[in-house]
Amino acid sequence: MFTAFADNPNLWYVAAGSALLGLTSGALGCFAVLRRQSLLGDALAHAALPGVCLAFWLTGSKSLSVLLAGALAAAWLGALWVLGILRGTRLKEDAALGIVLSVFFGGGIVLLTALQHRPNAAQAGLDKFLFGQAAALVPEDLRVLGALAAAALAVLALAFKEFKLLAFDREFGAALGRPMHRIEVVLTTLLVVAVILGLQTVGVVLMAAMLIAPAVAARQWTDSLGRMVLLAGGLGALSGVAGAVLSALGPHLPTGPLIVLAATGVLGVSLALAPRRGLVWAWWRLRAHRRQVRRENLLADLYRLGEPGRDWAQAHGPAALAGVRGLPVGQVRRTLGQLRRRGWLEAAGARWRLTGSGLTEARRVVRNHRLWELFLARRLDLASDHVHRDAEEMEHTLPPEVVAELDRLLGQPHTGTHGEPIPRPGERNEPSP
Amino acid sequence: MSAEWAIVLTAVLTAAACALVGTFLVLRQMALLGDAISHAVLPGIAVAFLLTGRLNSLPMLLGAGAVGLVTVALIEALYRTRRVAADSAIGVVFPALFALGVLLITTQAGRVHLDAECVLYGEIAFVPFNRLVWGGTDLGPRALWVLGAVTLLNAALVTLCWKELKVGTFDPTLAAALGLAPGLVHYLLMGAVSVTTVAAFESVGAILVVALLIVPAATAHLLTERLGRMVVLAVAAGGLAAVGGYGLARVWDASVAGCMALAAGVLFAGAWLLAPRQGVLARRLEHARRVRQLAGDLLLTHLAAADECPPGVPAVAAHFRWRARRTRRLLDELAARNLVARGPDNLLRLTAAGRQRVADFQDRRGQRHSGNGGDPTERPAAGC
Repeated sequence: MFTAFADNPNLWYVAAGSALLGLTSGALGCFAVLRRQSLLGDALAHAALPGVCLAFWLTGSKSLSVLLAGALAAAWLGALWVLGILRGTRLKEDAALGIVLSVFFGGGIVLLTALQHRPNAAQAGLDKFLFGQAAALVPEDLRVLGALAAAALAVLALAFKEFKLLAFDREFGAALGRPMHRIEVVLTTLLVVAVILGLQTVGVVLMAAMLIAPAVAARQWTDSLGRMVLLAGGLGALSGVAGAVLSALGPHLPTGPLIVLAATGVLGVSLALAPRRGLVWAWWRLRAHRRQVRRENLLADLYRLGEPGRDWAQAHGPAALAGVRGLPVGQVRRTLGQLRRRGWLEAAGARWRLTGSGLTEARRVVRNHRLWELFLARRLDLASDHVHRDAEEMEHTLPPEVVAELDRLLGQPHTGTHGEPIPRPGERNEPSP
Repeated sequence: MSAEWAIVLTAVLTAAACALVGTFLVLRQMALLGDAISHAVLPGIAVAFLLTGRLNSLPMLLGAGAVGLVTVALIEALYRTRRVAADSAIGVVFPALFALGVLLITTQAGRVHLDAECVLYGEIAFVPFNRLVWGGTDLGPRALWVLGAVTLLNAALVTLCWKELKVGTFDPTLAAALGLAPGLVHYLLMGAVSVTTVAAFESVGAILVVALLIVPAATAHLLTERLGRMVVLAVAAGGLAAVGGYGLARVWDASVAGCMALAAGVLFAGAWLLAPRQGVLARRLEHARRVRQLAGDLLLTHLAAADECPPGVPAVAAHFRWRARRTRRLLDELAARNLVARGPDNLLRLTAAGRQRVADFQDRRGQRHSGNGGDPTERPAAGC
């Protein structure tokens, strides 16, 4: 990576520009994502194209500030038209965004091609706004982009509290007498600025991802808006630099798509591995819970099989146990293995029976089940043939304090709602005489 | 068939195919899903082209159609993790796939002839040159055949699944309860959108196909409230945009696809401004009419309350703080409707019809708020 920078001094500019874009769009994108306006950025980016072309047509200048001014004006018009369409017609936001996006972009393409077909070739390079051309960034551009980004971030820092209010409780803000409409206008303007920054670097089409992906990624790691904004800025900058470096590794590697793919990769990692919200952890928790449920069900089944004669010394084969709930035999074998490793079962040839500690555990599960059934039937007046299914779920999750409370509430009952005995923790394990 | 006719016909077929499925995208509030699909098929197009070396072949249509469905499935899977909002899911998936497509095309550009711009903007002017030759006979432009087939396919989908699409669009729960398989219909629709996008990209490009999917359908949505009429109007608006766009492109010497999008936008703007009920103009006029009617009714009520000593025009204007011209115009209108008469002493009095009208709407008000409202205009005037 360092040799890449040493071999290619231009890479510094590219990486700096991309980092700048990632920082700004990541931080501002948080508000777009939280306000469910993720795709506004996409529409605004497309809407900016005719502005770029018109600015060039009118001034004949290709300086970045002129073109950006044109882009800003056109994107603004696009945003206004979206609001105009939404107000009063029955078209919804998605259609309004799609209309502005495609029509403005079509207009931009018309201007672009009309310019291209004119005799002088001065327009060459205008179309780099379509895909962005980070590789063509020069120090002059960096100064303009840097000034824009600094201005946008400064406004964001100053108006952070107001934007927070807008994102989470607009009505409350209005009730406080804050000018919510004006705050929204300022925020949309900042969003336009971020989009304009991205035109130069990743281009029209990919800009949407730069606003959304870092923000959604940051959301996975924290529940605090301040931390989310900082983190999204950091992740965005990281994606920018990563994309720039990757594109320097080979010939003809486009920077913009690589930046977007890097941002998508960051998002993928965050979705999978973020603490608490990570999908991998969620899947792991679900798996552990399922296995616990299967174990406890099997223990309870063994208990019930021995219950009629109060004889739990008798062993049962996997096929018979699988037959109780119609489970696949392979799954039951795996569960039996887990129970044996915990010391709750012992093998008797090819069959299995409860150990002492296993019987205690099984008694706890069955007790939970029957107490809950009784509670539903007595206290909530459910028909006693409707309570089993709910108890099947609750038996695995009732904490001991709640069980003690249920026991007290129901007057330490000895028989359940179907007339079966409710086992008690200290009961002796011998068969009844 | 001349080259020009081939181009126009291709454009019209593209617009028709898009409008047929676009109507349902707009009604189901999935317009941006169409946008996402049209971008995301790019890697599908790139891979199919790298494998077969041809654009618009049958495997390409099918492959890209499959990629479109994968896009929808990915978006839904991301959304269903409940960690990403629906709009963010769309905005994450399609740029990633699009970036992948651009990457494929630019890195393989040396090996095959395919540049990103040709895929993105299409070039309908080349349509007549790519012929479909079968068994030695020239059957005409290939794109014409492909788009004709896709248009037929979409028309078949819309007519055969009309009931399913209609109920599923307006009441998905009812559709599920009636066994109309809304899930299957959803994926059929998405498949049709993908195939249409891929078929259309050669002529209008992968981005501007969005304009033909959404804009004519939205235009039709502003003009009618009946689904059948909306489909017909959307196809008509799309066709008009195609023909008009081609004309514009000839005049300006600019991209045909861009001009088609622009023409569609102009049609939409026209409907937005002038639509009979939802148009900006119609709503302004309706608003002005209601304001005038309210002002007239207020004026009548005021005159009824001041029956003992009728006021002159300046007194009325001062009472309501209206400008003199507005007051006069309003009074002229009321006089023309024979509700108010100006006596020889220049004072304003209600006619019999005017009194009747005031009584009528005071009755209505009395029924509505069955108490006595404290409206100051109803107080009897205390002397002149």
